[in-house]
Amino acid sequence: MQTREEELKGLGADFTFGFIQVMDGEKDPRNLLVAFRIVHDLISRDYSLGPFVEELFEVTSCYFPIDFTPPPNDPHGIQREDLILSLRAVLASTPRFAEFLLPLLIEKVDSEILSAKLDSLQTLNACCAGYGQKELKDFLPSLWSSIRREVFQTASERVEAEGLAALHSLTACLSRSVLRADAEDLLDSFLSNILQDCRHHLCEPDMKLVWPSAKLLQAAAGASARAYDHITSNVLPLLLEQFHKHSQSNQRRTILEMILGFLKLQQKWSYEDKDQRPLSGFKDQLCSLVFMALTDPSTQLQLVGIRTLTVLGAQPDLLSSGDLELAVGHLYRLSFLEEDSQSWVAALEASGTLATLYPVAFSSYLVPKLAEELHIGESDLTRGDGPTKCSRHLCCMQALSAVSTHPSIVKETLPLLLQHLWQVNKGNMVAQSSEVIAVCQSLQQVAEKCQQDLESCWYFHQTAIPCLLALAVQASMPEKEPSVLRKVLLEDDVLAAMVSVIGTATTHLSPELAAQSVACIVPLFLDGNVSFLPENSFPSRFQPFQDGPSGQRRLVALLMAFVCSLPRNVEIPQLNQLMRELLELSCCQSCPFSSTAAAKCFAGLLNKHPAGQQLDEFLQLAGDKMEAGLGSGPYRSQAFTLLLWVTKALVLRYHPLSSCLTARLMGLLSDPELGPAAADGFSLLMSDCTDVLTRAGHAEVRIMFRQRFFTDNVPTLVQGFHAAPQDVKPNYLKGLSHVLNRLPKPVLLPELPTLLSLLLEALSCPDSVVQLSTLSCLQPLLLEAPQVMSLHVDTLVTKFLNLSSSPSMAVRIAALQCMHALTRLPTPVLLPYKPQVIRALAKPLDDKKRLVRKEAVSARGEWFLLGSPGS
Amino acid sequence: MMGGGGVGGGLLENANPLIYERSGERPVTAGEEDEQVPDSIDAREIFDLIRSINDPEHPLTLEELNVVEQVRVQVSDPESTVAVAFTPTIPHCSMATLIGLSIKVKLLRSLPQRFKMDVHITPGTHASEHAVNKQLADKERVAAALENTHLLEVVNQCLSARS
Repeated sequence: MQTREEELKGLGADFTFGFIQVMDGEKDPRNLLVAFRIVHDLISRDYSLGPFVEELFEVTSCYFPIDFTPPPNDPHGIQREDLILSLRAVLASTPRFAEFLLPLLIEKVDSEILSAKLDSLQTLNACCAGYGQKELKDFLPSLWSSIRREVFQTASERVEAEGLAALHSLTACLSRSVLRADAEDLLDSFLSNILQDCRHHLCEPDMKLVWPSAKLLQAAAGASARAYDHITSNVLPLLLEQFHKHSQSNQRRTILEMILGFLKLQQKWSYEDKDQRPLSGFKDQLCSLVFMALTDPSTQLQLVGIRTLTVLGAQPDLLSSGDLELAVGHLYRLSFLEEDSQSWVAALEASGTLATLYPVAFSSYLVPKLAEELHIGESDLTRGDGPTKCSRHLCCMQALSAVSTHPSIVKETLPLLLQHLWQVNKGNMVAQSSEVIAVCQSLQQVAEKCQQDLESCWYFHQTAIPCLLALAVQASMPEKEPSVLRKVLLEDDVLAAMVSVIGTATTHLSPELAAQSVACIVPLFLDGNVSFLPENSFPSRFQPFQDGPSGQRRLVALLMAFVCSLPRNVEIPQLNQLMRELLELSCCQSCPFSSTAAAKCFAGLLNKHPAGQQLDEFLQLAGDKMEAGLGSGPYRSQAFTLLLWVTKALVLRYHPLSSCLTARLMGLLSDPELGPAAADGFSLLMSDCTDVLTRAGHAEVRIMFRQRFFTDNVPTLVQGFHAAPQDVKPNYLKGLSHVLNRLPKPVLLPELPTLLSLLLEALSCPDSVVQLSTLSCLQPLLLEAPQVMSLHVDTLVTKFLNLSSSPSMAVRIAALQCMHALTRLPTPVLLPYKPQVIRALAKPLDDKKRLVRKEAVSARGEWFLLGSPGS
Repeated sequence: MMGGGGVGGGLLENANPLIYERSGERPVTAGEEDEQVPDSIDAREIFDLIRSINDPEHPLTLEELNVVEQVRVQVSDPESTVAVAFTPTIPHCSMATLIGLSIKVKLLRSLPQRFKMDVHITPGTHASEHAVNKQLADKERVAAALENTHLLEVVNQCLSARS
């Protein structure tokens, strides 16, 4: 047919008839696939079918619905799905089959067999792409009643979904046809039918059929703008009326949720003319309904109200400025609800979304109110309502950061937040670290929202960073009268919060702007040049790398946040000096916080530095420093931290020296003093950091570094384990389990047979960290590689059951989750253990901790079902 | 998919039942995460065991059909007793025994052995309340029922996690 199309067509309908005779009675699935393709070609390439349309239909449709299960070990690999799809392509290929096919489909939808229902609905769906009103006309009532019955009564979500999809396509097909002026529009009568059957169910929001009815209507309404208009003009007034008729919150919620479904569909079509939009007529009613929902005590109703408000807001030009003022007022009220309540989260999210669309409304109605609220606490010291004031402050700050989604709003909210931070530190408030951290978290959120917009990003960086640095430098100055307040800014977690603000505000800077900034910040730390800071009349010099007050050294963390987030091509001035100072500080003994920050900063810069002589010099310096420290002496643990971070920096970029450093680290596993720390160090090597060495911060992170680390080092670790004396074996196991735990499971699976015996041994290790990480490693393997695990079922059952009475609650939970996962193993393997396991699992059912009992219940329930009928 | 009831065409006893909202997951409290504090078995915990049991007839849970409610669960951890009353959706519901049996089996599989359990119909909500209660209270009849493969199949389906 591919080469002799002309000649074959010349034979006319005789060719088709001949083919029909040949195909008739064919049974082999391989031949059927070819035959279906030929029929498809006959139709799509327009061969003459002559009077044989019905015969051609009969000879193919007799296979519908396909009921074929490939024999086990089938060499041809033909799947049931292949046959289904190729037959469907034939049946749906021409409207000429419609008069024969539609009755067949209706009959099969009405059958009792689930797969036949699904196949018929999907085929119907496919047909609608090529059919018009003419083909469907006579069958519409039966099609509708079959679809309706399936959606109303089915127990299967797939049947429901396919039924809805078929209704959607049917409606779309009816909407598409061009009509002659005198023809009856089938769409209208079809939709009227649907409305008639579904409308009354919408009035019973407690009953089961309310949702199937709404879904049917929405499936039809989503098919075309015309269908949407027809249905919503009927349904919306009804639902609006029903909302007022029902007074219970949960009924109202169902109704509003249905309204929301219809409103969302509207977004599919754009209307040229404002007055044509079907929603404009209902706008006032809808708004008042939403506002009622927002003031209702029921959280669920509030939530739907908030979502509806967002959808209404997304319709261009629908809401008037009066509506917006009211809406903003409600959102303001909701943002002072209890923190973390669902409505609070939803209200903030909605504020953010709407603020991008209506920045003016939010700047003029919301921001001033929040600013006022924030000031109340600042000036009013004497009132003894500390906690409430504090929580209102938190809410204000959260709300301010939530609406900072538009550049023009950021220009108002950022100064407010920074000003608040100054006030907190001026000492006319009782500064708590939690309050400062909260401001930082809000700043961080604003920074995240600014990242996408270059201009806002620079605005944020330029405004917030000097301000934060100035505050920190101020706090680090030596004082004559020691004051508690100032020191809040130097606490570990406050600095950590500032670190993430600075990092977030830096990663998205363009290289030119970043270069401007780096030219100010590096001299600040190296030379104490404070000229770019606001309010920079400090009582003494800022010299974090000299022997200044220890508070100043802590601020190296802020330097780290900045330089380690810069794009790789930004040149850092005075780099050589900076690296040497960092190395010096990293081994300084007075304060672990500053030495760790220096080590991280050094590692972060090392990771990004281009290969070459200078990098080798830095590595040489670092190597000398570490070896000197690790040998023996006062700064062993600092040198170890430095080793860990430098190793990580090099492992991430596949630097040749990394294997050497990793070997050094492994050697330390049997060190009596540093062994446990070295074992935990493997967790740091394999995990993602949040502040330095991140992809977002432009670090060089090769995607396969974990796999590579695994292949290069696990054999050595295993060897080391076998060779190690008994008392340090747990360190090796711990290190190994950290590596395995972070490894993508597909990489781990092929390695399992060699490692499994070790993992099983690790289950007997008394260290609960090792137990826990081994269990969490085994659990997914049970699910994904049941065949391999089956071989060890005896050991697994025993060890899991033992661990289910461990003193540690987390281990008990993980062990029971593994017991649950065991049920995925092939049933015949498990059945011999069933009575024993069910007896043993009775004990954790009486565990004193509820979370343990919960896992025991679900594990035991699954074991009961094993090999039992109906499971 | 389904066991006892007819699925295909209009055979449901109650095709359009009232449905109720599902309660969310029980929030985990700080006390529950503390190794030292014992958590006693309370009504909510028992309710969480039975609320997700599937109805034999509808693709809905017993909670959604309001067949079980937390207020109808009485439990005393120190005395090791639990009593659950369930409410059939209609007074002539032929599934009442089956529902009771599913609840009973779920509790037997999930509670420590020390518990004495009583599953009965909420007084005044079913035509043959006493007969059903008697069957459910009779240990031997419950055991015998579970020997019946067909019944066990339906009960297991009610207790399987919904896919």
